[in-house]
Amino acid sequence: MHDIIFYFLVALTALSSLSVVLARNPVNGAMSMILALVGTAGLFALLGSYMLAALQILVYAGAVMVLFVFIIMLIDIPATETRKRDWGTLVAAILSVITLGGGLTFLFLAPEFRQVMPEITAAVSDGGGLAFSSQAVAYGSGLMGKYMLLVQVVGFLLLIAMIGVIVISKDLRPGAAAGKEPTTPPSN
Amino acid sequence: MMLSHYLIASGILFSIGFLGVLLRKNTLIVLMSLELMLNAVNLLFVAFSRYNLSLDGSIFVFFSITVAAAEVAVGLAIVVALFRLKQTVFVDAFTEMKN
Repeated sequence: MHDIIFYFLVALTALSSLSVVLARNPVNGAMSMILALVGTAGLFALLGSYMLAALQILVYAGAVMVLFVFIIMLIDIPATETRKRDWGTLVAAILSVITLGGGLTFLFLAPEFRQVMPEITAAVSDGGGLAFSSQAVAYGSGLMGKYMLLVQVVGFLLLIAMIGVIVISKDLRPGAAAGKEPTTPPSN
Repeated sequence: MMLSHYLIASGILFSIGFLGVLLRKNTLIVLMSLELMLNAVNLLFVAFSRYNLSLDGSIFVFFSITVAAAEVAVGLAIVVALFRLKQTVFVDAFTEMKN
């Protein structure tokens, strides 16, 4: 049963990722990306990290992809790319991706990685790390205990990103007053 | 379910995202493929965290998701600024460095 769910989720995620990469319309790509993120959240839940599965849906599929869809709607472009295909780039890209994917698959079939996933126990792992637990309280105490400094640094990084977005979004074209959109696009 | 199954799944997702970054000319699709690559690495983190029975990997995924969200916000702001400059988002238009 576990195997069936795993293969279904991996097929769902891989097919929607392919749909993102091959989509003509960016909105279709965004919808397929949401499906891929939901599939990955399912894989997280299958691995016992229910908190991360919920967080993935909330933050990634629920905020980041909504931002993407907003920007796609804001940037009103025709959905067609130029049909003149650069064959050299296509062949090189497909060759390198097959090498990467095939190499990783070959590498991960080594005997060191062919181990069955252990059951979630209450034992502390060797190596001094935090004990694995499916409960959210474990993430909380880990974040606020061992990784408190990282939480503060990431909070600071979010503040910087927010300020950066506000600064970058300012309209610096000549003729645009602060806070006002220019009525005509500039002649290039 | 074996560890290698999750690792191979993560490798395949990463390769698909990499294909998108290389092939597509629409900047928004390139950014989405970049997010696919980050997603594959998050899956790798969680798989190893479960295999080693250590929560450190899963907590790192917290920060990875947060940093990816911040990066997407800044990247999309840059895309909007580029669109204001050139009225297009296809990477063919951004081929020269001008002041």
